[in-house]
Amino acid sequence: MALLAKDPRRLPDTEARIAALELPPGGWTRGARAEALARLRAAGLPSRRDEYWRYTDPAALAAPVPAEAPPFDAGEAHVFAATERLEIVFVDGVFDVARSGDLRLAGVEIARLAEADRADIHWAQGLYGVLEAHGQSPVPRPLAALNTAAAADGLLIRVTGRAARPVCLVYERRAPAADAVLHHCVKVEAGAELTLLETGPAAARLNLVTEVEVAAGGRFHHVRVQGRDHARRAATHIFARLADGALFKSFTLTMNGALTRNEAVLELAGDRAVAHVAGAALGDGATGAFHHDDTVFVTHDAEGCESRQVFKKVLKHGAVGVFQGKILVRPGAQKTDGYQISQSLLLDDDSQFLAKPELEIYADDVKCSHGSTTGAIDETALFYLRARGIPRETAVTLLVLSFLADAIAEIEDEALRAAITGRLEGWMARHRS
Amino acid sequence: MLTIRNLHVKLEDEDKAILKGVDLTVEAGRVHAIMGPNGSGKSTLSYVLAGRGGYVVTEGTATLDGRDLLAMEPEERAAAGLFLAFQYPVEIPGVGNMTFLRTALNAQRKARGEGEISAGDFLKLVREKAKTLKIDAEMLKRPVNVGFSGGEKKRNEILQMAVLEPRMCILDETDSGLDVDAMRLVADGVNGLRDAGRGFLVITHYQRLLDHIRPDVVHIMADGRIVRTGGPDLALEVEKNGYAEILAGVA
Repeated sequence: MALLAKDPRRLPDTEARIAALELPPGGWTRGARAEALARLRAAGLPSRRDEYWRYTDPAALAAPVPAEAPPFDAGEAHVFAATERLEIVFVDGVFDVARSGDLRLAGVEIARLAEADRADIHWAQGLYGVLEAHGQSPVPRPLAALNTAAAADGLLIRVTGRAARPVCLVYERRAPAADAVLHHCVKVEAGAELTLLETGPAAARLNLVTEVEVAAGGRFHHVRVQGRDHARRAATHIFARLADGALFKSFTLTMNGALTRNEAVLELAGDRAVAHVAGAALGDGATGAFHHDDTVFVTHDAEGCESRQVFKKVLKHGAVGVFQGKILVRPGAQKTDGYQISQSLLLDDDSQFLAKPELEIYADDVKCSHGSTTGAIDETALFYLRARGIPRETAVTLLVLSFLADAIAEIEDEALRAAITGRLEGWMARHRS
Repeated sequence: MLTIRNLHVKLEDEDKAILKGVDLTVEAGRVHAIMGPNGSGKSTLSYVLAGRGGYVVTEGTATLDGRDLLAMEPEERAAAGLFLAFQYPVEIPGVGNMTFLRTALNAQRKARGEGEISAGDFLKLVREKAKTLKIDAEMLKRPVNVGFSGGEKKRNEILQMAVLEPRMCILDETDSGLDVDAMRLVADGVNGLRDAGRGFLVITHYQRLLDHIRPDVVHIMADGRIVRTGGPDLALEVEKNGYAEILAGVA
């Protein structure tokens, strides 16, 4: 791989960033980290000139030092507090042994990246940085390469059976300018099943990469809540590869946050695999800047697979939402069923939604559809609810929940759906008018 | 109970008068029907009374039990006892019918200073009312009006009316899109709610609904005014001779 940046103008920035990195010494990850660094050098740090960074300025995510972000006390237990779970806590991106549960869980092997690096974990060697590297083409994702090179902590999760409980990662933050670089690898073996939950702001700035490999017939469920910190910034990537008949379902709720970029790079590599990725984002510019970007790349590379992207954003007072979603159907990926919808609900005239849906299809027997809409609250529906005695604000909340319903429906577990809905109602109650 | 005096209404967005001096009084325990050709202002009257936006009242008053309806928000009018059964009930995906009904009932109770109804009592209440309208449990579970047939939507309106127990019910073209069987179900539902303390204003283009919901008083509306008022026979006259002849007679 070429070690020179494609765009020489980026070289100084990229080298400055690399110079500022604290690279872990590394055991078996050493090689993967060196290769990731080479990928970062080759691509250069992202800039607004890049095709997939036109709507989102990556400067704050790429800068050597994060901007200060005062920590925020949500004043409530985290969203999964009532769910039976194995809880693992990270504070400012560092594993908190004392507050985490016993990592032994039936059906699951969990190791900490920071420690496992010194041990010899074969399965993880075939995954760490591998899906990330694979996901750099055709669109470079330099922040993910940076993550693989520099990640100091994270989890290696191997699922060998049906996990006895969901694994719940709680990301707390304390320091005003912590820069967290977390990298998780999840391998769901054939026929195994895991629910991964994530919640919390994580750090003033978070760079999170999760690589998920789902073997034949394996099932991976993911429910994540990013909130409610106003000042935090985050760049997250999920790279997933699915074998025959594997299932991948990911839902993210984002509330507040100055800058959030969530990328999902999914590859349906085995026949009849199913990948659903969904998101609901709520931003109110009156309580702090809000810029939220979902960037999704789904590749169909096998027959009879189904993919579904459902992204909804509720925006007010100058909040900005971005959706870039692509379905690529490779030659031979016949009987593909691809679906993509991105919608925004603008609660006033100040907010903005930018959407770039893309389909690229090289097979002739496929069903692919995409749609994108931007709209305001439906006045007729609002009047209908009010005419039944429901006060305006309550009616608006009902209509927002109605708008988000398709995305929330992507969460299979009813109790988790209810927990998420509760948080949505809470946000709406706090952000009236 | 419902008193409308010299009501003039124009569209908000254009200088077009729709109602040009409506006078109407509906007494408790009585059923009034308003008939009239398309574009006469019947539906506008129902929307203005319920508080829909897009209209400007330029003159006149409308009161319910002496309270000024026009000064209230739509939800306040509902809590005061006004109910509009929509001509086109709105679909609200993702919001369950039961959640919707319960939110509405509790909001009205709260506005009237009453406590919330318990989950058990609410379930019992809805089941009982739904039974007479032949609304099954499946329909109650579904999102509001989503995937409902025309008849199911109208029955759902009457269910809401039965659960919310308003003082004054306005039915806007409730017969539109209904076959005979569905109309009978809806009419039975409405007739079951008739009592001495409740008034009805039934807006319809055709006489056939009035075969099932027998009115005490029939008004003919044309060009934004009530031009004739009579007994139930007036509806039959419309059916027999059409609006043109009646309006010609008025002119």
